[in-house]
Amino acid sequence: MINKDIVIIGGGPAGLAAAIGAYEAGNKDIVILERDNQLGGILNQCIHPGFGLHTFKEELTGPEYASRYVKKINDLGIESKLETMVIDIAPNLIVSAINETEGVIQYQAKAVILAMGCRERPRGALNIPGTRPAGIYSAGTAQRYVNIEGFMPGKSVVILGSGDIGLIMARRLTLEGANVKTVVEIMPYSGGLKRNIVQCLDDFNIPLKLSHTVTKIHGKTRVTGVTIARVDDDKKPIPGTEEFIECDTLLLSVGLIPENELSRKVGVKINPRTQGPIVTESLETSIKGIFAAGNVLHVHDLVDYVSGEAYLAGKNSVKYIDGLLNENHMINIVTQDGVRYSVPSSINPKNAEDLSLIRFRSTDVYKDAYVSVFLDQERIIHSKKKIITPGEMEQVTILKKWLQDRPINSIFIKIEKE
Amino acid sequence: MPTKEMICISCPMGCMLSVDYDETGVLKVTGNQCKRGEIYASKEVINPRRVVTSIVPVIGGVEDMVSVKTATDIPKDLMKDCILALKNIKVQAPVEIGQVILENVCGTNVCVIATKRVEKKL
Amino acid sequence: MFDVVIIGAGVIGSSVARALSKYQLKVLVLEKHNDVCEETSKANSGIVHSGYDAKTGTLKAKFNLLGNRMMADFCKKYRVPYRNNGSLVLAFEDEDIQKLDELKKQGMKNGVERLRILSKDEVHEMEPNLNDSVVGALYAPTGGIVDPFELTIAQAEIANMNGVEFRFNSLVKSISKSKDHFLINFNDEIIESKTVINCAGVFSDEINNMVSEYKLHITPRKGEYCLFDKEVGHYVDKTIFQLPTAYGKGVLVTPTAENNLLIGPTAYDVIDKRDSSTSPEGLKEVLAKASQSIKKVPTGFIITAFSGLRATESKGDFVIGEAKDVPGFFNAAGIESPGLTAAPAIGDYLSSVVAQKLNADIKSNYLDNREEIIRFEPLSIEDKASLIKKNHEFGKIICRCEMVTLAEIKDAIHRPLGATTIDGVKRRTRAGAGRCQGGFCGPRVLEILSKELNKDPREITKFDQQAILLVGLDKETL
Repeated sequence: MINKDIVIIGGGPAGLAAAIGAYEAGNKDIVILERDNQLGGILNQCIHPGFGLHTFKEELTGPEYASRYVKKINDLGIESKLETMVIDIAPNLIVSAINETEGVIQYQAKAVILAMGCRERPRGALNIPGTRPAGIYSAGTAQRYVNIEGFMPGKSVVILGSGDIGLIMARRLTLEGANVKTVVEIMPYSGGLKRNIVQCLDDFNIPLKLSHTVTKIHGKTRVTGVTIARVDDDKKPIPGTEEFIECDTLLLSVGLIPENELSRKVGVKINPRTQGPIVTESLETSIKGIFAAGNVLHVHDLVDYVSGEAYLAGKNSVKYIDGLLNENHMINIVTQDGVRYSVPSSINPKNAEDLSLIRFRSTDVYKDAYVSVFLDQERIIHSKKKIITPGEMEQVTILKKWLQDRPINSIFIKIEKE
Repeated sequence: MPTKEMICISCPMGCMLSVDYDETGVLKVTGNQCKRGEIYASKEVINPRRVVTSIVPVIGGVEDMVSVKTATDIPKDLMKDCILALKNIKVQAPVEIGQVILENVCGTNVCVIATKRVEKKL
Repeated sequence: MFDVVIIGAGVIGSSVARALSKYQLKVLVLEKHNDVCEETSKANSGIVHSGYDAKTGTLKAKFNLLGNRMMADFCKKYRVPYRNNGSLVLAFEDEDIQKLDELKKQGMKNGVERLRILSKDEVHEMEPNLNDSVVGALYAPTGGIVDPFELTIAQAEIANMNGVEFRFNSLVKSISKSKDHFLINFNDEIIESKTVINCAGVFSDEINNMVSEYKLHITPRKGEYCLFDKEVGHYVDKTIFQLPTAYGKGVLVTPTAENNLLIGPTAYDVIDKRDSSTSPEGLKEVLAKASQSIKKVPTGFIITAFSGLRATESKGDFVIGEAKDVPGFFNAAGIESPGLTAAPAIGDYLSSVVAQKLNADIKSNYLDNREEIIRFEPLSIEDKASLIKKNHEFGKIICRCEMVTLAEIKDAIHRPLGATTIDGVKRRTRAGAGRCQGGFCGPRVLEILSKELNKDPREITKFDQQAILLVGLDKETL
């Protein structure tokens, strides 16, 4: 058993920033456990630009963004173990991991930071009827083949789902020589960022079919085509609107799920909306000493936000170890009227930063609507937005001083028409 | 005076821009939340440009491929040509971030540079 | 000249091959796919039926009971995942209790032991997640669940270790009988054999009809299923059947031997014997029917849907034994449910008949077991540690959903009749069978296959030879 103050599970953007956050808060007894053979996580296969505008004020590719953090980790001398898979976290914060050289490694931690990221929803979750041939990939799997290994997973491609990875892959596959026929999205709006619609689809004249879905997969050995159809308001295919599209590949970009197998096993409470742990303003989960940040907590649009959040988790884990996290006086954050979830789920004014960010997603598309925040009965934020969509994360800033003036039971976040 | 609606792709904010322009260039940009929106709109109306990314094979490296990008944006029309220019390029390990892989791609005066470090295979 | 040619390497062909491999015989198995267990054997309920279902006196009833009785020891010995979880047939109306009683009587006549009718209270106590509308059930403690892939693979491995030759990608085109032997034409090659055993599943009528005047007619009957995440694998403990009603046969809800939850199947006759597609109607039906049996179908946890074809012979029973008009030609045809349960017993029976016909002696050096097989995931931390010390490749997890290690995948590739495809690895190790369905480990398994088999990654397929995964290199077509 190795004693270690802070064990960070995952060496992607969240894990790296959490380590730096903890280090800069004064605790250097840290280890990062990463299952891949390099740090950086999924950023290594995201070779497109668009990362780092908030953090570094310049536009970097995924590997470049990761390398900035990896360099800092190395410069600070923070320990990391590669090709090391955590297989268990016990409620007493014993973390068990395995790797080839050391076998089973066990750490007695004082704080654990969950930074395992997320994974893609598979086909099964959609229950698309048809055959089960080769040629059906999740967008991230295709991304690995095209961007890391240099192989093309298909020649003519239909993409189901307009999540960002799917859009990014539409461009990558097109540039590398495939024919991307269409992107099909079941919702009446895109699940990805607007800029990706422009630069990944519009630039290449790839049609985006909103309110459409794939109703059948054809082909016995390799995909030979898909049937797509328009859907009604309940997302049910409308008979008579079916259209066959010949293709040898179907990419699925239908959402990401925080990867919380380990968290569930140890008993961390999970928010069914985000599929990630329920956390406080300090990013502490329902189990004391276990913190979470990044896509394991909720799926982010921007890595910059992941880094910021994880930095804070690292910093707070040190506060926790030093006995500086106050455990009483939680104010619940209640989401209603068009707000699907918020992270965090509660704020303790004693622990809060001077400015606390509450991030959330809407349940639907709202145009010219207001994001409102109520401290109990009192509306304290009422900010107009041209457009609010579930595909883009929103945030509000709560000032610590608002919470200190008087006792508050709940903070309500809602979307208002006026 | 023509007006064009466009989404700024400078950053993931995705501001909805309204661009007034004539033959002399962009006259007025609204809807942007920062200066980059104006710059983007000016370019996008007159001469749209994009950063292109791809990968090229590495010889003798711990990884088989290395990711690359154009050091700055290049004319949008040249995106495919840029990839084609990379078709037969191979690079010897080790590769450093920022290392020039191909100079003056498609006559743009822009270099293609590595975006990842690949160490030599021992 | 072969002594025996077995056509088909599903669970029946593999069972026959395993049982024959203890005799001094030259045996060849011809399989049109490039692995064992590629059709009906891979897409079924994975149930070890207790045996009350089949009409008394039929071959189905006989071999079901034989198979059921040998399954526990058989699976333990050959390390096939199996659990004797018991089964329930649910009644939803009070007047159906009588039908349960008839079923129970038939079961007793068939030789099924310990059948019992449960009251409403008893059944709900036994299975708390059953729908409130359940009024009683027939309980069969001898029912079980088995991993159909492993049941097939284990037997094929044993056969192969004992000298049975398997030729894959070998589609039999014709069979003819010369004076005292058969000429079998496949892949434009003709081989000779003294006997032929037809284990060709949904195609077993076509094989039979090549040589026998006693024609068989098999209708492929499709069954669609939904498979759920292990997270809900213990939603029920027993295999839950529904009493057939005027509306049809009903679907089952069961844990699998690998601790997933499975619901299905539908039952529709189809024309195309290669049609294993699922349909929106079928999946809807499965979900709707399952919701009659259990409180809530956990649809959010579906990880995949699949379908398989039952080989339904027009007379309704298994066809097992020597063709009346063609000495030396044996059938194991029309093997539908309870075929998986019956398989080891059918293998034993047919092998003894064929061996007798050929006057074959038992081998002295018969290896009655598989090579060692290790599953990493269920081991204790201590055992995991010592295993990695022995072989460091157990320290490298490839499939994180099912926690399958590099060592296990390499073993699956290099064992007798080892995996050559992504699906082959999946069925032998469960890499890719978990909740992400190979999204993460797929490229890694492909890389391992390519390295271990010394093949270009572009030659590695999902299954068979045509199901290619990578079509070329980046920029190749530019």
